[in-house]
Amino acid sequence: MKKTGAEVLWESIIREGVDVLFGLPGGAVIPAFDAMLNYPKLHFVLVRHEQGAAMMADGYARASGKVGVAIATSGPGATNLVTGIHIASMDSSPVVFITGQVASNLLGSDAFQEVDMTGISLPITKHNFLITSPDEVAQTVHEAFYIARSGRPGPVLIDFCKDAQIAKTEKIDPPEVRLLGYHPPLHAAAEKLERAAELIRAAKRPVIFAGHGVEISGAAKEVQKFAERTNTPVAMTLLSLGAIPSSHPLSLGMMGMHGEAFCNLAIQQSDLIIALGMRFDDRVTGNLKTYAPMAAKIHVEIDPTEINKIVIADVALVGDVKTVMADLDPLIPNARHDDWLSQITEWRKETDQRDILGQPGTNGKLHVPQIISDIWKVTKGEALMVTDVGQHQMWTAQYYQPEKPYSFITSGGAGSMGFGLPAAIGAKFAKPDREVWAIVGDGGFQMTQAELSTAVQENIDIKIAIMNNHFLGMVRQWQEFFFEKRYSAVHLKNPDFGKIAEAHGIPTRKVMTSGEIHSAVEFARKTPGPVLLDFHVEQEEAVYPMVPTGADLHQMIRRPSPEEKE
Amino acid sequence: MQHTLIALVENRPGVLNRVASLFRRRNFNIESLAVGRTDNPEISRMTIVIEGEPVETARIEANLVKLVNIIDVQDVTGQPAIARDLALIKVKAQPSQRAEITALAEIFRARVVDVAPDSLIIEITGTEDKIESLNELLRPFGILEMVRAGQVAMLRGGATGVRHTPGVEARPF
Repeated sequence: MKKTGAEVLWESIIREGVDVLFGLPGGAVIPAFDAMLNYPKLHFVLVRHEQGAAMMADGYARASGKVGVAIATSGPGATNLVTGIHIASMDSSPVVFITGQVASNLLGSDAFQEVDMTGISLPITKHNFLITSPDEVAQTVHEAFYIARSGRPGPVLIDFCKDAQIAKTEKIDPPEVRLLGYHPPLHAAAEKLERAAELIRAAKRPVIFAGHGVEISGAAKEVQKFAERTNTPVAMTLLSLGAIPSSHPLSLGMMGMHGEAFCNLAIQQSDLIIALGMRFDDRVTGNLKTYAPMAAKIHVEIDPTEINKIVIADVALVGDVKTVMADLDPLIPNARHDDWLSQITEWRKETDQRDILGQPGTNGKLHVPQIISDIWKVTKGEALMVTDVGQHQMWTAQYYQPEKPYSFITSGGAGSMGFGLPAAIGAKFAKPDREVWAIVGDGGFQMTQAELSTAVQENIDIKIAIMNNHFLGMVRQWQEFFFEKRYSAVHLKNPDFGKIAEAHGIPTRKVMTSGEIHSAVEFARKTPGPVLLDFHVEQEEAVYPMVPTGADLHQMIRRPSPEEKE
Repeated sequence: MQHTLIALVENRPGVLNRVASLFRRRNFNIESLAVGRTDNPEISRMTIVIEGEPVETARIEANLVKLVNIIDVQDVTGQPAIARDLALIKVKAQPSQRAEITALAEIFRARVVDVAPDSLIIEITGTEDKIESLNELLRPFGILEMVRAGQVAMLRGGATGVRHTPGVEARPF
């Protein structure tokens, strides 16, 4: 029996396990949307701007580990996805983007709403496809999902010509993947495993780096066991917070630019780094010339292009983290590193003394760390936290200490403001049983504020907390630290976010003092559906510690100590 | 230094763009590029010559392998390989000069493939140096036009330049 390209699209997508997708229709995808009505299994979330759809699909993918799907029309609909595609690409998020395209005979003719979407998305997708015939649909969709989720995951775009949506085909059956040049590695080479094992056995001051790849490959438990068995502390990247429980004595928390001092000091003093599924982002390393100078580096990474890109690996184990760890495990005996760990404990004590939460005399003023910490306490570290980008993002990373993987969703590599609200909506669709918080700044929130309507339309139960300091806070902080406090284009004259919430029918609270935090958070938790909390926080506070761009990792700008603060 | 990369790629639209895009993003200039079908009509072979440091070219090579449509890439620089370019050179030639130019061409095992009243077209295959040398010798006569096909390369001996076969696990880095 023949079916239209549009019908084959939806059947193929359902076959891949998709039940929810995000998007906005338009001329070049009307046939696809028409056919979608025949597949009530699919829950379609109508967004207000395609960027929101991209970020929701990404949030969905990161929260579930499954492939997210976003769909938009040709031309401006497609280009509105671009930032979201880039975000997914930078953070290895499996998302399939479907864009409408003009009829195949009009390709390249500047037809209405025509844009070269495969060209535009080429450098920011893992792969992309152009469908010009209904015969290609089943094969393409299957390969797109396979590429998106396998190996190092990433976004895949399918540009789907309108005539191919309408025309009929007999090729409707599930095809086999037929990709001559795509074979993601799984196992690392045996002789390299042995070399890595030698380094691990000889190490006196080892540190494990748990990257996003640990979460993606589902290796969190294995990594924790390995760390416990070998008595090795674990530092996490921004994207992998929760890879091992934050309360675990071996957890060093987040590494890098805004990582805690004791974590970065441990890295700098280590004699072995076992980097698992991470890529040594410049926010992680600081000055490369002085980076972990005494440490041998074992780099376990599925993407060979990451090997020796930033940090030269003494041993590169190209493969899937979970598989490589399983292969490596039998080669490594149990070990103790008591001296090393007690040294780290000393550093940790010193860091804790400088912790703002331990310091008295905040006079009821609202500090973001306090808010995040209070949310952490009442949610017992088990909520799914989604952030936007900026100061609040770093504070959330520092003070919301998740106990399990898939608990912290943020735009890391792209650092894209506006991500928080839509990603939280997507995450809630993936994990309806989890408590989901969107921690956003006043700047980023306004970039995708329109998606409040989507949250209401879907009655999606997320708690939105705006850290409202009337500044583009992180830029302000940089201007304070590095540009002599010459504030350029960072002050925001904001609307009354409470009234915006009310206009949407969203329950809301304004919080001005620290004494009100607890009742506001409880109000949000007890009220079903979306809730918006508007926290008017200290305006000119800085995120500490901070490694200035290009500085040595151990040369942090520290939090002022209690004495210094006086 | 100059690097020669061989890439086996899927023979389908857009693949050349994907390859070229990697070089463009890194601000690399492609010195020479030759693409054509192999004995398998689904697979094309590219020979890419670039100027760059070994570290940079190693990274490009890894990124090329990562492209979904690229089946394999090998840097054959410094390996025993046959490298050939083909050029057509249209040179000014009055009837009185024809013999001299033809003699020059013969030294280079080049062929005269077109004769007009006041010009000749010479076809030459060989290494870049060889083509460059003939070019220099013909320059005084007046070169009207020149076209090169781009360098193609093949490893000597039994090595094929394909290190992993489709369906088999990728080679370790």
